[in-house]
Amino acid sequence: MIRSRAITRSLPSLSSASKASSSSRIAVRSLATVSDPPVRHYGGLKDQDRIFTNLYCKHDHGLKGAQSRGDWHKTKEIILKGDSWIIQTIKDSGLRGRGGAGFPSGLKWSFMNKPGWEKDPRPRYLVVNADEGEPGTCKDREIMRGDPHKLVEGCLVAGRGMNANAAYIYIRGEFYQEASHVQQAIDEAYKAGLIGKNACGSGYDFDVYLHRGAGAYICGEETALIESIEGKQGKPRLKPPFPADVGLFGCPTTVANVETVAVAPTIARRGGAWFNSFGRDRNSGTKVYCISGHVNNPCVVEEEMSIPLQELLEKHCGGIRGGWNNLKGIIPGGCSVPVIPREDCEKVLMDYDSLKDAQTSLGTGAVIVMDQTTDMISAIARFSKFYKHESCGQCTPCREGTTWMMNMMDRMVEGRAQEREIDMLLELTKQVEGHTICALGDAAAWPIQGLMRHFRPEVEARLAAFHAKNGQTLFGGRLLSEADMRYALPDNLGGDAHRNIAQISAP
Amino acid sequence: MLRRIAQKNLARVAGPSRARLLSTTAPRQADITLTIDGKEVSVPQGTALIQACEKAGAAVPRFCYHDRLAIAGNCRMCLVEVERSPKPVASCAMPAMPGSKVFTNTPLVHKAREGVMEFLLANHPLDCPICDQGGECDLQDQSMRYGSDRTRFHEITGKRAVENKDLGPIVKTSMNRCIQCTRCVRFANDVAGVEDLGTTGRGNDLQIGMYIEKTMDSEMSGNIIDLCPVGALTSKPYAFQARPWELKKTESVDVLDALGSNIRVDSRGVQVMRVQPKINDEINEEWISDKTRYAYDGLKYQRLTTPLVREGNRFVPASWETAMETIRHGYLNSGARGDQVKAVAGALADTEALVALKDLVNRLGSENTTLDSKLGDVPPAQSVDIRSNYLFNTSIENVEDADAILLIGTNPRHEAAILNSRFRKQYLHRGTEFAVIGEKFDSTFEYEHLGTSPKDVEAFLSKGGNKGFGKIWKEAKKPLLIVGSAVTETKDGAAVLKAVGKHVLDNGNKFLTPEWNGFSVLQRAASRAAAYDIGFTPSSSASSTQPKFVYLLNADDVDPSSIPEDAFVVYQGHHGDHGAQFADVCLPAAAYTEKSATWVNTEGRSQMGRTAVPPPGASREDWKIIRALSEVIGQPLPYDETIQLRQRMFDISPTLVRYDTVERPSPEVIKTGLTHLSSAQSQAASSEPFKKPITDFYRTDPISRASVTMADCSKAFTKKDYPLGNVDEKAQASYA
Repeated sequence: MIRSRAITRSLPSLSSASKASSSSRIAVRSLATVSDPPVRHYGGLKDQDRIFTNLYCKHDHGLKGAQSRGDWHKTKEIILKGDSWIIQTIKDSGLRGRGGAGFPSGLKWSFMNKPGWEKDPRPRYLVVNADEGEPGTCKDREIMRGDPHKLVEGCLVAGRGMNANAAYIYIRGEFYQEASHVQQAIDEAYKAGLIGKNACGSGYDFDVYLHRGAGAYICGEETALIESIEGKQGKPRLKPPFPADVGLFGCPTTVANVETVAVAPTIARRGGAWFNSFGRDRNSGTKVYCISGHVNNPCVVEEEMSIPLQELLEKHCGGIRGGWNNLKGIIPGGCSVPVIPREDCEKVLMDYDSLKDAQTSLGTGAVIVMDQTTDMISAIARFSKFYKHESCGQCTPCREGTTWMMNMMDRMVEGRAQEREIDMLLELTKQVEGHTICALGDAAAWPIQGLMRHFRPEVEARLAAFHAKNGQTLFGGRLLSEADMRYALPDNLGGDAHRNIAQISAP
Repeated sequence: MLRRIAQKNLARVAGPSRARLLSTTAPRQADITLTIDGKEVSVPQGTALIQACEKAGAAVPRFCYHDRLAIAGNCRMCLVEVERSPKPVASCAMPAMPGSKVFTNTPLVHKAREGVMEFLLANHPLDCPICDQGGECDLQDQSMRYGSDRTRFHEITGKRAVENKDLGPIVKTSMNRCIQCTRCVRFANDVAGVEDLGTTGRGNDLQIGMYIEKTMDSEMSGNIIDLCPVGALTSKPYAFQARPWELKKTESVDVLDALGSNIRVDSRGVQVMRVQPKINDEINEEWISDKTRYAYDGLKYQRLTTPLVREGNRFVPASWETAMETIRHGYLNSGARGDQVKAVAGALADTEALVALKDLVNRLGSENTTLDSKLGDVPPAQSVDIRSNYLFNTSIENVEDADAILLIGTNPRHEAAILNSRFRKQYLHRGTEFAVIGEKFDSTFEYEHLGTSPKDVEAFLSKGGNKGFGKIWKEAKKPLLIVGSAVTETKDGAAVLKAVGKHVLDNGNKFLTPEWNGFSVLQRAASRAAAYDIGFTPSSSASSTQPKFVYLLNADDVDPSSIPEDAFVVYQGHHGDHGAQFADVCLPAAAYTEKSATWVNTEGRSQMGRTAVPPPGASREDWKIIRALSEVIGQPLPYDETIQLRQRMFDISPTLVRYDTVERPSPEVIKTGLTHLSSAQSQAASSEPFKKPITDFYRTDPISRASVTMADCSKAFTKKDYPLGNVDEKAQASYA
């Protein structure tokens, strides 16, 4: 029942989206063609189109099992086709980075092969970002646990594409089992001659190293990750120079997400057009979504891009706990993207562009579902605390801003703030956003902006309730009743209008 | 360590085209043109945008950026708007791009900077009235422009509190004020070579410190006080002494080593309050050593303020007339004839005094003008007739071009701390290789130790080697061989110089080209180069004469056995130090901050020191004392004014009065000098190891020996005896 309604509801926006794209494609239309092209519905990925076939680790994750699932099949031929073929295939596939920013991967990898790169004597590196730390995200973990050979093979294919000499897989320190599985896969691949000297018998030398991190979220930022591998504190570097010019150990480097790298061999085997056939224009491919929170069956699932959010939840997660109407809001891409309310959740498709239109982002594809029992302010305040804790402290706006925002959010959870401070908090987020070295400042600012965009009445109600109980609050959280009324109250504390003159004149 | 390897690899692999180092001096590249606030400017390619803005006359506020340090880009104060860039751009970290349009004065820029300023002030204590940085604080200045007139920070959680660190007797910390710009960290790592100053913690808990409780053991640590844009690192000796606007600033020259670092003497009334570096890219860039900076309190203690005449076992204050008369009597009664009149010049003697004293002694018929160093009273091994034999011919600035450096019998860290910082720069950024023959030392760069004795010098220079440094030395395009001044103070000096001269001549195509002089002698005393320039050395007949009248000019390192019991001794100087103990008459003279005098540094660069404060009590400028004495003795010198004396100096050597320039000797002249060295008669080199001439960097001369601060430093850093945790806990508690 719910499901059918969801689909009909999602239809209008779908058709409008495809109309827009189709009308531009067919500029001149003869009178004979009356009907619109059939509305394409996304979602419902078939089993034969799944890339990650051992996502749930039900089968053997070792080399034998991987080969039985098609990994390392004719890898040599892919390698022998050369760098430009691989990059062109990735470009054709329309693959966009799966780590959150969604930069076109083919283009990014091609930065490594600038004209004249052969003359550069420096070694070249592929760095795989397996430091999956974004709250809500757990896709890379599943990939590395169940399909580690896809990652190792992906390192070779992507590495060949960008003419890298070696790949470093920087894995989150907490991922012990995953690190064991990946290390096992690397060892097996070396033993079978698939990587190392003369990888797969192709004549190409390629090494893969596993590096375990120590648990800092910021080390998932690409330049901080590079610093961390180099043995320094994980603090983001300034860009420019970009890693493709000066990266790991000062050499050309490309950092890519686990999922991005792991899908590369399959794309190379099955063709860019196959991958491109999924999802909307410029949002192509399949994606591993991780759904957590108040759904009946939280799961990690590979689905087609552009699947309607509601369908994703209904089909794979057994719906929202207590029914769709019990939904309060969803964070569609990990904790660094703004929350969207239920009305938006009914409309959006799970891809980069649709979510961007809804003023949020696909991020890592980590869907955090929150039903009506959720204290939204408290949830966002917890995120603020997380970012305060994980800020590296290098640049001013993030170092000072995250702490300040956390303090204000903590007060708002209680209601201990003035209404004007909501706007001040929003202004602080704007002062942080876009002024920092890396994106952590933005990530800290966006959830708060999302909260105030969609749930401001709730915050205001919280403040009003607190005021009703405790009286007027001054800026910064002190109560007016606690102020010493014998002295003039500084006029920037927001308490002037309420000052009781009579009280002062009383003996 | 990894970083070091990475950087070294990088330097080797990538060569000078390293993109991150916008600050280092790179070969000049083609100019690019861009528009800043509607004004077109041309800057060399690779210039940071902030420098281009500066060139266009647009002031850009900054905290973390410093043009002599690596770029951090973390304060975010220098944000500017660049056309077609959605976000404001940190101008310090962005290279200037040709044709780009930059705006430094738009509402977007102001808003961004005001935002950053608000964040910086959020956790900064409001203690400007009691902060030593007040008046010269970047944060204070910039908050006048970008700060709000009232705060929005009222959080009940309060401001951040950070424990103070104890970095030793020089740097006072007040870490609550720190804005984490990391200038000090970058300076310590890249320039001073203290790799254990860094940041711990993250986010709002990020702290600057030494990781563990220890002092910052560096002879350059005082510079982080200047670098700190706020009052987090201030000067311990200068704490609460003065405010910057009360001070009279006099630009002068440092004399506590032979580099002649440019300084600014800040004085109040008759007292020197502090010494600050003055920028001179050819010598000290923007740094000075801790001795240069903090020995000034020695100018207050142990001073000779009135002439003293020995009566039995004690000195009795006397008038100038009495003192002069006593000297005349002493001279006449001693019966000194010819070379029996001996003059000894010390490390702090200025050129004017040296010239006057030599003229006087020569007029008395003596050639016995000697130095107070070891073997200073015999003709020097290097023969001072040719200037290049005793000067730092390469020049301090050009050291940065060398690709392999061999140090013989010298510890540059103590003998020339500022030069050492250039070595560190080369080591980090160019991958220059170093080797040392002599006593090992705790260096700020890695070196290969090739031996300890003159014999090892001969062996390496004649045979070389095919691995390690031997190979590098052979393949080097710009090799630099530095001979320490202490080498010529040993009996092996001639033999070492002979081997060196021969080696340099044999490889003349690399060492001596019109662009490159690869043979240098590193002096360590401020007066030495000038003394050699004017020929303040004894003739060989004079050096064997038993003196009857000895005139000590600032000579405090003099060997007691060289002063006969029955000789009449005059000491002229500013401190009652070692040399004054031998004197029959002490004449009080002016210290370097109290006279306008000429100093010639180890490169042969003459510089003018200027009077910052008057000499104390009855003391007088040195050359005037000698001039007066010449009158009393009856051999009046023919100059009454400084200008006449300088004319006399010009007659001796024009370079002495061509200030602030270095006259570079041509390769031919150097070759002549080296031929002289290599053909000299000398005994075979012994295997007696070289000895460091300086064992305690902080106590090398009368001024630093009288300084309380230097005594503290010596205790803390040389003797490693420092009571850690010296942070005033009560004072800290009062903040809380």
